Amino acid sequence: MKRRVSDEQLVELVEAAIFVSDKPLSKKRLKETVLEDISVSSPRIDQALETLVNHYQTRGVRLVEVGTGYRFQACPSLSPWLSKLWQEKAPKYSRATLETLALIAYRQPITRGEIEQVRGVTVSSNIIKSLIDREWIKVVGYKEVPGKPALYATTKQFLDYFSLSGLGELPRLPEQHNEKIEQLLNDPSVREPSE
Amino acid sequence: MTEALQQKLPLAFLHGEAVIEKPEDLYIPPEALEVILETFEGPLDLLLYLIKRHKLDILELPIFSITQQYVQYVEMMKDMQLELAGEYLVMAALLAQIKSRMLLPKHEELEEEEDPRAELVRRLQEYEQFKQAAENLDEIPRVERDIFVAHALVDSSTDNEPEFPDIELRELLLALSEVMARAKTFEHHHISAEALSTRERMSFILQLLREQNKPVEFARFFTLDEGRSGVVVTFIAMLELIKEQLVDYIQSATAASIYLHLKG
Repeated sequence: MKRRVSDEQLVELVEAAIFVSDKPLSKKRLKETVLEDISVSSPRIDQALETLVNHYQTRGVRLVEVGTGYRFQACPSLSPWLSKLWQEKAPKYSRATLETLALIAYRQPITRGEIEQVRGVTVSSNIIKSLIDREWIKVVGYKEVPGKPALYATTKQFLDYFSLSGLGELPRLPEQHNEKIEQLLNDPSVREPSE
Repeated sequence: MTEALQQKLPLAFLHGEAVIEKPEDLYIPPEALEVILETFEGPLDLLLYLIKRHKLDILELPIFSITQQYVQYVEMMKDMQLELAGEYLVMAALLAQIKSRMLLPKHEELEEEEDPRAELVRRLQEYEQFKQAAENLDEIPRVERDIFVAHALVDSSTDNEPEFPDIELRELLLALSEVMARAKTFEHHHISAEALSTRERMSFILQLLREQNKPVEFARFFTLDEGRSGVVVTFIAMLELIKEQLVDYIQSATAASIYLHLKG
């Protein structure tokens, strides 16, 4: 016989569970663990989460949904002050790393060769390794071409790190003006005179 | 930079001739130049820089002047003994090729003939797009730098060591059959020609475990779109690793997920 809880009790339990969890807590995990022996429907859990999100709207911490679930995080506007708690500065990433990561994020699944094609330079193994070590990317398969190169994709941890709930929340890719290329290149006036 | 200094040392050798004068449009002191040259992320980046600096439109890629400047930069990089990636030289060759094609008269009858610059323009645009995307990505608030995750602690008196029950082989097989059933739905992706290597899969499992540095759930080792044979190879690799005592398997409760972890 599963236990029944009041809405208030449910809110308290969900709140505490998310707070003490080491990692973001998904609704699925919440149901499988904390709420395992409690009779509670999905809509009620959603409602409890919504109550919490609203409750924390005006506080120093906020409840947010990221790639792997819900977590509490400090209100972003407080970050400049909070960062003084730590001596070490957060790591900066090189342009090579960021460009590689951007290509994997927007063009996944993508092979190393395809990344190199766009960037016009070799992608160092260190970059790929460090991105894999950080659990931001992973090998999701191998492309059916000679050499069977690995196909890379971003992980849910990547979403957690950038506080996104899905890839759809990434900024949109800057627009390309393809229609203009043909037009301009075919325009004889644009052709330079030979030297 | 004095005139005298410039005349003493040629800046570069271009087509066998010493370049004593710096290129007209370069106003960068040499010590700064080295820093700038090192920051280029490759030939496309250098080309974009040249185009932007002259406030030109990528779409109007002025191949003659750009080629000339590009080669000057590459020569300077060589001169400063910067480690020059082969890609820079490939691009120099490509630019020279486009240049020579531009010099050829256009065939009237071949209307479909594409502008020789088109492919390079497309690549430059694509690179520019992702260069921008990388900058945007860097702006997104991220954990450690802009986002601080809040935590609370559980009263330590409830903090007890989890106990792991033993698992029977039957349960391992049961878990396999579940994965098999799931793999079935992916069967149209079945790869027929490839002989999947058990040894390779064993390294993959070990690698995954080492990277994760914690127990990994059974199902995570399977790549479902490899079809049944892929699942079988992965499973055999697991058994092999368990037999060789390289990995061990645990289960947090009866009928809960099975985890693999590195032994020792």
